[in-house]
Amino acid sequence: MIQKDKNLREIYVWQLPVRVFHWVNAFVITILCITGFIIGDPPAIQHATAPSHNYWFGIVRFVHFFAAMVFIVNYLVRIYWLFAGNSFSVLRNYYPLTKKQWRGIKETLKVDVLLITKNPIYDIGHNPLAATTYGGLFIIMILQIITGAMMFSVQSNAFWAPAMQDLLIRFNGFFPIRSLHHWLMWAFVLFAIVHIYLVFYHDYIEKNGIASSMIGGWKFIAQPIAEDYEKEQALRKDVEHLEKEKHNKK
Amino acid sequence: MNTESMYNHLRKRGISRRDFFKFCGVMGSMLGLKASGAEQIADAFMTKPRIPVIWQHFQECTCCSESFIRCSHPIVEQILLEMVSLDYDDTLQAAGGFQAEAVAEKTRKDYKGNYILMCEGAIPLGNKGYCTIAGEAAEDRLKRFAEDSKFIIAWGNCASSGCIQHAKPNPTDAQPIHKVISGKEIINVQGCPPIADVMAGVITYVLTFDKLPELDGQRRPKVFYGRRIHDTCYRRPCYDAGLFAQSFDDENAKKGYCLYYLGCKGPNTFNSCAVIKWNLGVSYPIQSGHGCIGCAEPNFWDYMPLYSHIPSTYGFGVESNADKIGAALTGIALGGVATHAVITNVRKRRLIKGSMDDDFSLNEKDTEETIQELEEKRDRLINKKKDEDSGDSEKDK
Repeated sequence: MIQKDKNLREIYVWQLPVRVFHWVNAFVITILCITGFIIGDPPAIQHATAPSHNYWFGIVRFVHFFAAMVFIVNYLVRIYWLFAGNSFSVLRNYYPLTKKQWRGIKETLKVDVLLITKNPIYDIGHNPLAATTYGGLFIIMILQIITGAMMFSVQSNAFWAPAMQDLLIRFNGFFPIRSLHHWLMWAFVLFAIVHIYLVFYHDYIEKNGIASSMIGGWKFIAQPIAEDYEKEQALRKDVEHLEKEKHNKK
Repeated sequence: MNTESMYNHLRKRGISRRDFFKFCGVMGSMLGLKASGAEQIADAFMTKPRIPVIWQHFQECTCCSESFIRCSHPIVEQILLEMVSLDYDDTLQAAGGFQAEAVAEKTRKDYKGNYILMCEGAIPLGNKGYCTIAGEAAEDRLKRFAEDSKFIIAWGNCASSGCIQHAKPNPTDAQPIHKVISGKEIINVQGCPPIADVMAGVITYVLTFDKLPELDGQRRPKVFYGRRIHDTCYRRPCYDAGLFAQSFDDENAKKGYCLYYLGCKGPNTFNSCAVIKWNLGVSYPIQSGHGCIGCAEPNFWDYMPLYSHIPSTYGFGVESNADKIGAALTGIALGGVATHAVITNVRKRRLIKGSMDDDFSLNEKDTEETIQELEEKRDRLINKKKDEDSGDSEKDK
């Protein structure tokens, strides 16, 4: 289907909240990793001023906490959108519960990771393998938020702080929680490397504008696939409508 | 059974009324009680009968006892040693052998449900032979004395969370008191050892109010373990200013900069070292120029090295930690990605050049199937609807 004279159609895939979430998340995670790394292993920035004249480490920590709050709010919006979004951004994409998703994962592994199959595989939204890793990332994000809040609670007088401090102490205190928070930071670094590379990869071989789709929301899809997609969407709508009618009758 | 009050007992032992009230004042302020607290303590000690104590030693180093007999206030020390009526403490008592055992047994029987059991040390569950006292296995002995006790006070990290003998790989399967005993009120007075004045405060509280103080999720008394050393440390301003000693003998260490970079675990540790301090309030580890090692936290031995905040990871080589492994994995990922890019250009050459003639979408089969399924489902629903409609209309007729 992909030929020089192929017929491409544009399909609106990523809605605005998804795109905003993506870029805010990318920016904030970068800040969090850098500041987090400095907090965990402070560089020797020495100066002769007395402590009262200086606050650079405090500012690094403040930036970390501020970025963390943005990260949390941003994530909450995305969680809402997991239920309110279009078919490419709703929750069921991210956890492989259907046979079709597992088949997709297997195919994607063969085609894109191990490069066994020379033919490309076309997905309009996430491919099932990518979506599953995002599902994993969503869980890691929750863990980072909880472990971070547990540690932050000690210096906070927010209404949720006492509960989180209690949780921290029940989980054997700072030693394990700090370690976990630190380990999971590396998960984001590894994810970013593979994720960015694969965007380049798909953009290069599939020529569907995947990189710019996260800015504008549009992807270029070959005509027959787009038609199939639209047919499927229409059918889904019909079935949904019929089922609703049936339900109302009862 | 002895019903003599603690105060009378103390007077007989030559402690003046004045010293007694001094003690009550010290303890009241120590526990953070309000002004009437000292009065309450005095009242309790004058009216309540003396409560006997059995002090058991299991897998431990006796540093808790050592700490305890160095209470900051000489009167406190004297009174506590009298007050707790150490009926049995195999390290401090003069008696030995069968005599000592007989005393312990007598106290256990005479004061059934009315004595306080204080424990030092962890219990080895791996093998009963790992730790025996007077020929009796530690586990059996603890259970025997715990059953008839009123409260159990677990001294130090060993009894509270296992300390070094509980550290990986825990060869004797050493477990803290609360993992061995259930159904008893247990208080964990954490630290290796706990601060002497904290020990004194806990005993006084229990004797005065006849209940345990408010505990946190690790059963530590909140009054002493409610705040981190970090938040009460006098070097905290250096932390926020980013002034860190880089080694123990550099200029910054001399200036008294924060020891965080050198692995001080003050930010990880809930204890009152920076407030109460040690040895008559002289100093505490950080003040003496050495970072906190986090001895009031469970399993702190599993987060070595002492001089780094990023713990070693066992099983990946002796010297590795999260950062080294993370950096290595990042390198592997970058290498893998680069290799993948090269192979892609070779394997997907035809696709990239756009000269793939037998091109087809692997997903297309899936899509076709899905569409077929959906169509069938729709048709079924429509047919059903038709049937129902006709049924309805027949009924209408």
